[in-house]
Amino acid sequence: MRDFSYLRATSAEAARQAAALPGAMLLAGGTTLIDLAKCGVAQPDTLVDISHLKGLDRIEVGERGATIGALARMGHVADHADIKSRFPAVSEALWQAASAQIRNMATIGGNLMQRTRCPYFRDPSNFSACNKREPGSGCSAIGGVTRGHAVLGASEACIAMYPGDLAVALVAFDAIVHLGERRLLVDDFFLLPGETPDREHAIEPGEMVTAIEIPSSAAARRSTYLKVRDRQSYEFAAASAAVGLELEADGRTIRDLRVALGGVATKPWRARAVEDALKGKVLEPDAVRAASLLAVEGAVDHGANHYKIELAPRVVARAILKLGDAA
Amino acid sequence: MTDTKIPVHLEINGRHHDLQIEPRVTLLDALRDRLGLTGTKKGCDHGQCGACTVHVDGERVLACLTLAAQAEGRAITTIEGLAREGELHPVQAAFLEQDAFQCGYCTPGQIMSAVACIREGHAGSDEEIREYMAGNLCRCGAYPHIVAAVRQAALEAAQ
Repeated sequence: MRDFSYLRATSAEAARQAAALPGAMLLAGGTTLIDLAKCGVAQPDTLVDISHLKGLDRIEVGERGATIGALARMGHVADHADIKSRFPAVSEALWQAASAQIRNMATIGGNLMQRTRCPYFRDPSNFSACNKREPGSGCSAIGGVTRGHAVLGASEACIAMYPGDLAVALVAFDAIVHLGERRLLVDDFFLLPGETPDREHAIEPGEMVTAIEIPSSAAARRSTYLKVRDRQSYEFAAASAAVGLELEADGRTIRDLRVALGGVATKPWRARAVEDALKGKVLEPDAVRAASLLAVEGAVDHGANHYKIELAPRVVARAILKLGDAA
Repeated sequence: MTDTKIPVHLEINGRHHDLQIEPRVTLLDALRDRLGLTGTKKGCDHGQCGACTVHVDGERVLACLTLAAQAEGRAITTIEGLAREGELHPVQAAFLEQDAFQCGYCTPGQIMSAVACIREGHAGSDEEIREYMAGNLCRCGAYPHIVAAVRQAALEAAQ
């Protein structure tokens, strides 16, 4: 790991200003950044440590929704009683992510800034071509080993998968990211790779994630996060779904449905086509399975990742039916 | 970029240490290479194996992804700090009794993780123990005995 200067921030404002300087980066839990610095992917000149700042780690849950400070750590949010009861999919996405140790370190703000696990992105000494790392250098993944790459939202420049879990639940429930005063839907915070895969987030130099806000809803209250993976725990998703369900008073007609996918796309992937196809319909297994196929509309595989196109709709259907059974 | 070393003051197992180190030095390297506390192991050095698990302010974290400078002002506990006056910590004793290791390399991390897992209240069943100990890999495959040791120590702690 290349050396850097270390600056311990004394306030959020001082941190934001210091991190706006060229070569400077914010350091919170460090679980992504220190790892990528060791890989030679991140090469900061200065790390601005915000992990000691007070007051940015609050978790507040009220009638209108939850507001979670950027420095709240994943493990604490996962175990928070009101998050578990009002936003089960958020808690489940968090405790099924990473390991207990990493969840004690990693912050919610840092989680939104998590980078792809694309092995070509992570290995600059063996793969010089990576448009995400070095714009214009090409993509080593296309034509390479693609088992873990995206089938949705990819471009000719980049097929790297978004690996996170939390943000999948966040986009399902229209969560908002606070960048100081600026507010942005989490769905808009994550960018498609297009021709600029190096730019992953709609965040400007000098901006800092300060909080996320999740609006309350009946669908968020009856929600789940289903994660299917190669090993049972401590693994990224092969395919995952955050699903929320609200039924009419008859207990069988779908009033509201939220569906988002993880493990298959270049960003957290809201599947509105599935939602629209099922809203107003009776919750019934065949209809749910048929509608769930719409989750992968437009999917393109690169050989070894073809299984995701079959797997993702099954994960979506299973999650919806599981919530229906719990009605 | 800088070659400047910075002063870092660490509190480890209740003892105070003053270091002059490069900012890039991780807590893991500071423990092992500067302070001779080699009980904490370096496995993958990328946060994937759990061998370097230590406690910071009572919570289990990975020393390989923590900068030593970040740990200043926090109370750090390593495997060397678990035993009290020559008496093994109950989790250490349970690992011995249940034969919960083969080569032993992952064991300090397993034990530090298990102590926290029990304290967090995440050792209520074998299934929960497996889930909440998933961040500690054992290449020898001693998992059934590790689960048995954590279960035994959790039951003792509950009594």
